[in-house]
Amino acid sequence: MSEATSPAIQFTGLSKSFAGARPVVALDQLTLQVGRGKVTGLIGPDGAGKTTLMRIAAGLLLPDTGDIHVLGEDMREASLQVQSRIGYMPQRFGLYEDLSVQENLDLYADLQGVPPAERDARHRELMRMTGLAPFTARLAGRLSGGMKQKLGLACTLISRPEVLLLDEPTVGVDPVSRRELWAIVYRQVKEQHMSVLLSTAYLDEAERCDDVILLHEGKLLGQQKPADFSAPMQGRVWAVHAALGKRRLQQQLDLNPAVLDALTEGRQVRVVTHDSHTPPDTLIAGLPGAHIEAVAPRFEDAFIARLQQHKLTPSTLTSTPPQSPSSDDNAVIQASELSRYFGDFIAVNKVSFDVKRGEIFGLLGANGAGKSTTFRMLCGLLPVSSGSVRVAGVDLRSAASQARARIGYMAQRFSLYGNLSVQENLNFFASAYGLSGKVKRERIRASMDDFELTPFAGSAALTLPLGFKQRLALAAALMHRPEILFLDEPTSGVDPLARREFWWHINALAESGVTVLVTTHFMDEANYCDRLVIMADGEVLAEDSPEQLRARFHKTGEEEASMEDAFIALIEQHQQREAAA
Amino acid sequence: MSATKAQLSHRRLIGMVRKESLQILRDPSSIAIAFILPVVMLLLFGYGVSLDAKDVRIGFVIETPDSVTSDIRAAFAQSDYFVPVTFHTIQKAEQAMRQREIDGIVWMQSDFSHRLHNGSGAPIGVIVNGVDANQARITEGYILGAWQTWLTHYSERRGLPQAFPIALEQRVWFNPAVRSRDFLVPGLVAVIMTLIGALLTALVVAREWERGTMEALLVTPIHIRELLMGKLIPYFILGMGGMLLTVAMAVWQFDVPLRGSFLVLLAASALFMLVALAMGLLISIVAKNQFVAGQVAIIVTFLPAFILSGFIFDINSMPTAIQWLTHLIPARYFVAILQTVFLAGNVWAVILPNAAALALMAFIFLMLVRRKAGKRLE
Repeated sequence: MSEATSPAIQFTGLSKSFAGARPVVALDQLTLQVGRGKVTGLIGPDGAGKTTLMRIAAGLLLPDTGDIHVLGEDMREASLQVQSRIGYMPQRFGLYEDLSVQENLDLYADLQGVPPAERDARHRELMRMTGLAPFTARLAGRLSGGMKQKLGLACTLISRPEVLLLDEPTVGVDPVSRRELWAIVYRQVKEQHMSVLLSTAYLDEAERCDDVILLHEGKLLGQQKPADFSAPMQGRVWAVHAALGKRRLQQQLDLNPAVLDALTEGRQVRVVTHDSHTPPDTLIAGLPGAHIEAVAPRFEDAFIARLQQHKLTPSTLTSTPPQSPSSDDNAVIQASELSRYFGDFIAVNKVSFDVKRGEIFGLLGANGAGKSTTFRMLCGLLPVSSGSVRVAGVDLRSAASQARARIGYMAQRFSLYGNLSVQENLNFFASAYGLSGKVKRERIRASMDDFELTPFAGSAALTLPLGFKQRLALAAALMHRPEILFLDEPTSGVDPLARREFWWHINALAESGVTVLVTTHFMDEANYCDRLVIMADGEVLAEDSPEQLRARFHKTGEEEASMEDAFIALIEQHQQREAAA
Repeated sequence: MSATKAQLSHRRLIGMVRKESLQILRDPSSIAIAFILPVVMLLLFGYGVSLDAKDVRIGFVIETPDSVTSDIRAAFAQSDYFVPVTFHTIQKAEQAMRQREIDGIVWMQSDFSHRLHNGSGAPIGVIVNGVDANQARITEGYILGAWQTWLTHYSERRGLPQAFPIALEQRVWFNPAVRSRDFLVPGLVAVIMTLIGALLTALVVAREWERGTMEALLVTPIHIRELLMGKLIPYFILGMGGMLLTVAMAVWQFDVPLRGSFLVLLAASALFMLVALAMGLLISIVAKNQFVAGQVAIIVTFLPAFILSGFIFDINSMPTAIQWLTHLIPARYFVAILQTVFLAGNVWAVILPNAAALALMAFIFLMLVRRKAGKRLE
């Protein structure tokens, strides 16, 4: 195979296992090619082998068997030469936080051997492209999450690599920066004919790729254009409206054996059937005021159809009604003129909103928008600087502990004890919430059943797959049957299948009357909320239902605006106002 | 190795060294370990820790006071080492000893002066508090020394023949004042350099793993030798800086003599620095997080340098097995060189074999680092 016509990356019969207490086959007899001059997406749930594949391509790992050629060169022998022609951005890109933007760039220019004569021009170009030009003297550690990621990409691109490997480059990045990252990547492909291999957990990003590799448990499930993945789904995807609450409607549809997957989206429910022969009328039979129409399949539908081995059994999860109903049944959480200062810095500026019983309420915003600060004040973890918060009818400024008994809290990093078993974790949390004796035993048994944790009862929490850790964390937060549930970025880093399942439980809880307050940066998850606020710079930019927000930014003659479009439009409006002021 | 093998580039090396130096300058904890910690340790060991017995409270039991007994008491009182307290009965003195008011008793019985005069041999009783064995031995030595000095003077004054046909004449070489500070402070150089070389290096490399910077670094065309050199050079300079600071303070602040050549000191320190750095790098290659790397560095390098190097505890009085073990501690060889160069001078018979041992260890550790460090994650 000559150098010029060889594919960018060629994997042949590649296998890789990791030894350990539980040996893992990360890649299993994988043969595939990454084409030149295009963006190839690497998609798959957790544990599919995406990172291992990336690391092998970058020369960081050697396969057990099989061959890997990058740009026609054998990575077993020539990894050092190849490394001067590729760029690799690991999941947590290695920026030196105590070096400035310029110093980081200089370091990578030195390491990649960029001749001094070319540097200035290249730096200027990259800084303009990433919008980091005004910040070159700033320490990398002081940049926002999105800016860090853009700087990481700039460092990777400094030597104009022929092959670019990006391992989940958009995780934890706000939608605006995410769009910018994609624009930069596509520009490189167009202008430099760069070949890009990019792994992602966002299914909507798969649709932006030229070619998609679908991995599952180290095996190749398919490699085609994203449209070719979704084409066979024609006639299997429907949108259903009915005179029912959207969650009730979703649950009803899910009970139908012909339905593979049902997902709330705005006020409607998106349904994927097992085959294309199901007459649509049978799906809505018996549903009041129902209306069904065929919709265009997306990559996500194909992903679910291929990977969802078994349908989720309807979640029976409930939280018993509160022992003493709160005085004001209409607003379980009331925030008025809520502010928080850190020194001179105003993290949250006069934020007001109400959350009703049984509602799923979302807090959306980029990093640093103030959503985590607001969230912490609401669950009594952070004192408020001014304004008031009432949770379950209790003023948090005077009786925080009383309110705390009625709320469940699930932290971003799950706060589990890694070296305790599932059983021991649940035991501990049950005791921490003051349960004992028979009640405690029954609650633990019930949550093991609800969350299908029984097979893992004796395993240490640390060794659980991420999706199970999340289940366990939720089980722990629900141990005392709280009437309000606070979820802080509950699905961060969790794969699409596990995320779906998680929302499954949350929907069931909300149906049973539990009020849920959630922060998220996944825009598609905003669709699960009844209402949400979008925050930026400590202020609320909008408070509305997801349908209304999307409708607000719907341009006539165009496809329906996505939640992400609405979010970006709001942020841009805000920035223009700020600039004008 | 093929001809196309990527060449070492000094641009990459300079880039690494510059990056590392900027990080050192911006990280307060590196500066603290390199410059503040040495000063604190020097002050602590220079002023706070002393292996000398000073101002030991001695009970004088004088049953019949007269000119002779008061002369003896005065001789003890003159010395820096003693604070005499007088008792008239042994019982009272013993009680004081039990209450730890005094650390030793000198007992002159009622017929002491009489027996001294008629030459029948005048015994004094010495009782020393043995709770602290080390202190007890020192006190005992001092008392006997003071007693003998007095006896000699007494005989001379009286024109009597000396009570002992052969007078013991003691001379302490190299540290005539027998100041333990002069002996401790040079050893501290080894401890401080171990901290900078091994602990600091282990921590910063582990930090690169923790923050994910190492993974990004490994995929660049950097050669592993450049990466290692990029770490070694800045920390070598930092460690030598810490060494110079310590030596300067030892000589000018604590008046420790530097009898040997400064160049010999510099060369030996450079050798030891290489060993310490190589150990630090080796630890960080094995332990990829800061907590573990820090713990391992302290247990494997710092504590042995402190305890088993002969810096405080004399190696010759250790059990044989432990003595063998000390041969594995690089600081042992360096402490031997340091104490010799400072207090005795360029004694090649001591310096050369120890330097050879250090050179051998530097070579072994650096080879191990080179073998263990790779550009792959496994």
